[in-house]
Amino acid sequence: MNLDSLTHTSGEWLRGTGPESDIVISSRIRLARNLAAFLFTNRASAHQKAEIEAMVRDRISKLEIDPGLTYVHIPGLTPLDRQFLVERQLISRELANAEGPRGVALSPQETVSIMVNEEDHLRLQVMRSGFTLDETWQDIDRLDNLLEQRFSYAFSDEFGYLTACPTNVGTGMRASVMLHLPGLVLTKQIEKVFRALQKINLAVRGLYGEGSRASGEFYQISNQVTLGKSETTILGEIREVVPNIIMYEREARKTLTKESRQALQDKISRAFGTLQHATMMTSEETMDLLSSVRLGINLGMLEDKHITIPTINELFIHTQPAHLQKLMGTLLDGEERNSARARYLRNRLENGAGLN
Amino acid sequence: MKCQSCTKPATVHLTDIINGHKRELHLCQDCAEKQQLIKSQELNLSAILQTVIGQHISQSTDELGRLTCPACGIKYMEFKAEGRLGCPHDYEVFQTALEPLLQRIHRSVRHAGKVPQHGRIHAARLAEILELRQQLHNAVAAEAYEEAARLRDLIRVKETTDESG
Repeated sequence: MNLDSLTHTSGEWLRGTGPESDIVISSRIRLARNLAAFLFTNRASAHQKAEIEAMVRDRISKLEIDPGLTYVHIPGLTPLDRQFLVERQLISRELANAEGPRGVALSPQETVSIMVNEEDHLRLQVMRSGFTLDETWQDIDRLDNLLEQRFSYAFSDEFGYLTACPTNVGTGMRASVMLHLPGLVLTKQIEKVFRALQKINLAVRGLYGEGSRASGEFYQISNQVTLGKSETTILGEIREVVPNIIMYEREARKTLTKESRQALQDKISRAFGTLQHATMMTSEETMDLLSSVRLGINLGMLEDKHITIPTINELFIHTQPAHLQKLMGTLLDGEERNSARARYLRNRLENGAGLN
Repeated sequence: MKCQSCTKPATVHLTDIINGHKRELHLCQDCAEKQQLIKSQELNLSAILQTVIGQHISQSTDELGRLTCPACGIKYMEFKAEGRLGCPHDYEVFQTALEPLLQRIHRSVRHAGKVPQHGRIHAARLAEILELRQQLHNAVAAEAYEEAARLRDLIRVKETTDESG
């Protein structure tokens, strides 16, 4: 697979389709699996990791799935390409920055990724646009079943799937739903939502996972518990809570359009104007402004601008540092990026240009 | 510190903030119960549990400190410092120490989810293979290639004979 061919698209999770896609960006499930007869990655020698990688690579290439997966050997990638895969959420920052033999198998549509020699030997991921946890689970369960025919997983009857970190043991499953919640942020109710979620043991993270700031008012809600509950139970807990958050977000948006329509319209129009005309843009400011524009489109406040959600979703990813540099075809330092980012946004958001 | 209601030592310390006003209370167990502070605050069960586990662990620290996994060579103390286990066999070797930890993280110590239908390796066999693999690693490092070849074949046999069951 030529990574450059991915540069011009936006990837599965920002496709902007699927149920409740004005608020739910994507649904994602990850399964941690280890090979029974090997030491965990952190303890394995480079030689052993190479053995694991070669074996996994060979067996994955023989999986009966259509379309097949393409294997990418991470040490063979430039730092820019590694960052590019992180921005697309196809690999973790840990895998990008780790040492030694490691890689990722990807499906052409970017819905499936299997990381090899991350913290666990295998990290399966399936990602879909919109609120689609059940379908996502079916996909990853099927993939997992295919893989277990070819590998002996580290599994015990008592503790389930054995993982390098005890926080993942049991199902090894982390299911998450990414939400765009500008209404709850603007009406200052977001903290209340966080507290309620923490009480029921669900974690809230920013766009790029652990420790990342919630830029662009994107939030990922995921389970923390992996032991003592079945996958179905865990998924059910998330599936139950998300519609409530969606409802609160819709309420907040309604309140905003009713009680502070002028201020909201102003904020959205200014965001759009800045994106169209600024000459220097940091990636953080871009995220915040795009978030406002996204809200504006969903509320019908930018109808005369002829700009669509898929375009905005695409801009979210294209303005990330590695994507921007790949689009420009050259390495850029921070200052140069800010100028290139502003130029790119100006071009894409000229009158009518947002149509595609 | 003494109890604010009587003179016994204060063992219950509460801070609450109501409308921006901070209030601190230091009471002994009896007075706290009398004022129904403990009950109304719903004493945090998991916090108590943690203390209990802490005591349990500190009593047997020496024993735990010496505990080493024969398959991967990790010591329990290393796991505690790094937060990552060394191999699947560690769950068995460190079981008594891990269970309180799992209880604290997941509020459970038993798996209730999916069970793989293929390729299960029996626990005893697993530890054996892991140990053989360590020996293989050492043999390669010592450039004892004949021994390494022998071990590699042995591992292959052990893995395949078990994969059907």
